Amino acid sequence: MLQFALTRFISLSLSLIAASVVIFAVIEIIPGDPASFMLGINAQPDTIAALREQLGLNGSLLSRYVNWVSGMLVGDFGISYTYKVPVSELILARVWISLPLAVYALAISTLIAFPVGLIAAAKRGKTIDITIMGTTQLGIAIPNFWFAMILVLIFAINLRWFSAGGFPGWEEGFLLSIKSLTLPAIALALPQASILARIMRSSILDTLDQDYVRTARAKGLSQRQAIWRHALKNALIPVLTIIGMQFSFLMAGAIIIENVFFLPGLGRLIFQGITQRDLIVVESVVMLLVFAVIIVTFIVDLTYAAVDPRLRKR
Amino acid sequence: MKLLEVQDLSVSIHGTEILDNVSFNINESEIYGIVGESGSGKSMTALSLMGLLPNGSKSTGSASLSNTNLLKLSEEKMCSYRGNAIGMIFQEPMTALNPVQTIGKQVAETLIIHGQAKKKEALEIAREKLNRVGLFEEQFPLDKYPHELSGGQRQRVAIAMAIAMRPKLLIADEPTTALDVTTQSQILNLLKSLVEEESMALILITHDLAVISGLANKVAVMQKGKIVEKGKTNKIFKEMKHPYTKQLFSASNHVPERNTMAEETPLLELNHVIRKYKLPRENIFKAPQTFTAVNNVSFILKKGENLGLVGESGCGKSTLTRAILGLDELQSGEIFLEGHHVNAGKKLDSSLRRKMQVVFQDPFGSFNPRHKVGRLISEPFYLIEDRPTGDLLKNAINQALVDVGLNAEDAEKYIHEFSGGQRQRIAIARALIIKPSLIVLDEAVSALDVSIRAQVLDLLAELSNKFELSYLFISHDLSVVRNITDRVMVMKAGSIVESGDTQKVFENPTHPYTKELIAATPRLPENLTT
Amino acid sequence: MTHFPRTLIFGGILFSIFLLGALISFVWTPADVEILQITARFKLPSTAHWFGTDHFGRDIFSMIMVGARTSIAVAVVAVGIGIALGVPLGLWAAANHGHWLDDFIMRGNDLVFAFPSLIIAILITAVFGPSAFNAIIAIGIFNIPVFARISRGGALSIWTLDYILSARVAGKRAFRISAEHILPNIANLLIVQGTIQFSLGILAEAALSYVGLGVQPPTPSWGRMLADSQTMISIAPHLALFPGFAIILTVLGLNLMGDGLRDILDPRIRRTQR
Repeated sequence: MLQFALTRFISLSLSLIAASVVIFAVIEIIPGDPASFMLGINAQPDTIAALREQLGLNGSLLSRYVNWVSGMLVGDFGISYTYKVPVSELILARVWISLPLAVYALAISTLIAFPVGLIAAAKRGKTIDITIMGTTQLGIAIPNFWFAMILVLIFAINLRWFSAGGFPGWEEGFLLSIKSLTLPAIALALPQASILARIMRSSILDTLDQDYVRTARAKGLSQRQAIWRHALKNALIPVLTIIGMQFSFLMAGAIIIENVFFLPGLGRLIFQGITQRDLIVVESVVMLLVFAVIIVTFIVDLTYAAVDPRLRKR
Repeated sequence: MKLLEVQDLSVSIHGTEILDNVSFNINESEIYGIVGESGSGKSMTALSLMGLLPNGSKSTGSASLSNTNLLKLSEEKMCSYRGNAIGMIFQEPMTALNPVQTIGKQVAETLIIHGQAKKKEALEIAREKLNRVGLFEEQFPLDKYPHELSGGQRQRVAIAMAIAMRPKLLIADEPTTALDVTTQSQILNLLKSLVEEESMALILITHDLAVISGLANKVAVMQKGKIVEKGKTNKIFKEMKHPYTKQLFSASNHVPERNTMAEETPLLELNHVIRKYKLPRENIFKAPQTFTAVNNVSFILKKGENLGLVGESGCGKSTLTRAILGLDELQSGEIFLEGHHVNAGKKLDSSLRRKMQVVFQDPFGSFNPRHKVGRLISEPFYLIEDRPTGDLLKNAINQALVDVGLNAEDAEKYIHEFSGGQRQRIAIARALIIKPSLIVLDEAVSALDVSIRAQVLDLLAELSNKFELSYLFISHDLSVVRNITDRVMVMKAGSIVESGDTQKVFENPTHPYTKELIAATPRLPENLTT
Repeated sequence: MTHFPRTLIFGGILFSIFLLGALISFVWTPADVEILQITARFKLPSTAHWFGTDHFGRDIFSMIMVGARTSIAVAVVAVGIGIALGVPLGLWAAANHGHWLDDFIMRGNDLVFAFPSLIIAILITAVFGPSAFNAIIAIGIFNIPVFARISRGGALSIWTLDYILSARVAGKRAFRISAEHILPNIANLLIVQGTIQFSLGILAEAALSYVGLGVQPPTPSWGRMLADSQTMISIAPHLALFPGFAIILTVLGLNLMGDGLRDILDPRIRRTQR
């Protein structure tokens, strides 16, 4: 088990390094001179020179890359050109909105999808299964940001149960903050829950066709017992992969949804970074998002091994 | 004492008749064999007794176990019979166990489900049962997972699960078909001893007459959903009243007529062939291990000779086949075909390529389903300089199809329109079309029913006489190899442990492994097979 | 093959409506989408404007027709990129299974999977500025590993079959075997995955345009229309409803088509029916 974890850890660290090289190449090499790119065409040469100095652009590419990565390792992402504050401060203030939002949405999605998928599989071909399959088909087709707008229209503007946007800050109380994240989380979660429920259903149905389920039935287990005791755990293995992949979609989705609800999260930061050509901010936030995705992949891998004894050996 | 009484059992699935008025009786502590070819309905008979027929099935008639009609039981009631009064084991041990649960838990589950014991006690009983089937504590603790066991060991676990409640009836559906002969005989012995010691009746379902003849007290012969003949095994096998029984019998031990015409010229020559491969890394810190699949193999196949190569799964015979065909690179040694070097893994000279063809086992995976038969069997012409075109090609295709007993019109059909036996004929036509000197038959008849198998063996014998072909006949099935080869080699763990004239080797084996293989192979009683 | 599943027929009809609308918009729309008529803004649906008008007085029905063009074009090209690059990579990886090349391609795949198309779009836009072209590239790049993975998986299972060995015995090389034996037999998988990626492409394009990383004004696009409508949702909800419905119905149509195609093309299902 430890060996498996270590192997995966090293392989994912390599992915992380490769990702950082890609991001570095796109942001710092493709534009030519990032300093003049950030300042625009009308900038004075001495201003550019000053920024080059500040950004440390005068070293070789390799030393710049090493400085950037080693800086990130100790939490130093550089200084934002537009905000004139350390990027780490900007990120820290915002990550506590985006991350909880993604996790909240993942929780809702999983909590809905598991029972729904299970019921559909158990009642295969019955009315309830057909209804669930139809609803989820629709759910997949709905863009989450549009769904968010409709939720705002119904629950904030018409019913006034929730505020239409904004975030009070965690210091104003946990429940209040959670409440303001609830509509965004639901908007993110429902389309994903539709996908997950369908995968859950088909995974269980695939498992039910396996020989070992027949063996279990021959031992005297009822159909229901065979699902609970044998099919479910095996069916979870492919579902876990999807949950892991969904996290990266939810992180990306969170960035978009923040726009609908005026949440001051990473999404707002990154879009401001783009319009203001603040490459340092863009680079750092993208790296952070990729890091989050890779970490989640690692966690999913470990869960995999916990579920499937065949993996632990490797 | 009568245990099970099946009366006029008929089953249909979505309106298609599967079983037609099947009736038989089984006494306590008796082994009852059901034998038949694929599609005869033997597995469906077992599944209907278990109430596990596929969705959309309808059954009529009765099946009374100690005076309870199993067919009339509610699903809930049936659950308390399955695994409790009747146990069942299936053909495919590799997939029959839940891969994410320990073997101890899976055996204990039978006891817990039927309320026989609570968790801790159930695990203790599971330990006893695993001991009973020959899986002892030191090597096979309860917390082993199925993937850590071999096929035979998994089948033992499945048996332990089935007998945990000491059922009065055990149904074994082709329990040893997926296993090697030596493992097969161990599992059959285990089943026999369980019947004797646990006073349990056994329904043994198989396609293999030899397995039945050595084990069953009574037998029913099934064909197309009907029992055509049943009774005491000795009597049935001695009298063979029904023509189908007779046919099955002669097909099971069929000796094709053929001339032996081995010349002294070597056709295929292997010198100290070694084939290793890298195993996947266990982890990134360890260098990948190498596995020697073929270890220093040398032999000569003479022109016109039928040479057999027998061995159990994993002995390296498939790897050796691929090396001979020039598909994989050798780590050491040389292969010569008619004196020319087969540079394995490199591009093979086309004049050499056309001298050697192959027929594989699986009649379903051997053909691209999207091409017509004509295109499929002319594939070997690829890379041949003087390949025929137009009418010449058409004639060659037609001739090859006629040679294997099919029609010229079949060239326009797709492969799914043919049965397993016909597909194997098409595979032979594909090998034959460029008039090779050597055909490698890699388990070429292993997937076929006995009567079809006999026909294909006859065809092979006929073709070898007609075209002066040599065969390298690779198989796990000793009885087939015995009947069609001149010489035989026995392979174990990558090496050839014994070789010689087929009759001599089978009558007087010298190597202990050959002896073990021959002893393990179930055989029809000699006096009956004529 | 004579029997078409209902999902395929229904999905096909649904998608065809939007495809047809997009095609017709090249020659005719009920109103010109480039003419702004501030006096006629925020009109509710009527016989003159079937879906009403927006905050510039443009006819929403016409804009949805033109927007369909953008959505479908972006998604088609992005799927094309995915197939054109992903399928050869996957086949190549499968042909070299066990070789470091296979590992290398698959690790590269994993790496791209860590960048959802939104993040790729952000990176590209930060450097090159927003445009429809960049949206296509971003979605297309994300499609590459999707197709690479599915073709590799399908190809690997076919490589183990005996007819591949027969072809090798006949002297055929990996490239020829991939083209002749493998590609036709994984075409089913690719068609089904293609419809799925197509619908995901439409969703992704809408999202990118919504946050301003995709199609730029004045080109009408469903995502942009939604972005514009957002601040006015309380006074004119129909501005948000119609583009939303357009996206949902197109994606639904494509997904249903994908399901239907899977039913008739997937050999696993076909075998059990036989």
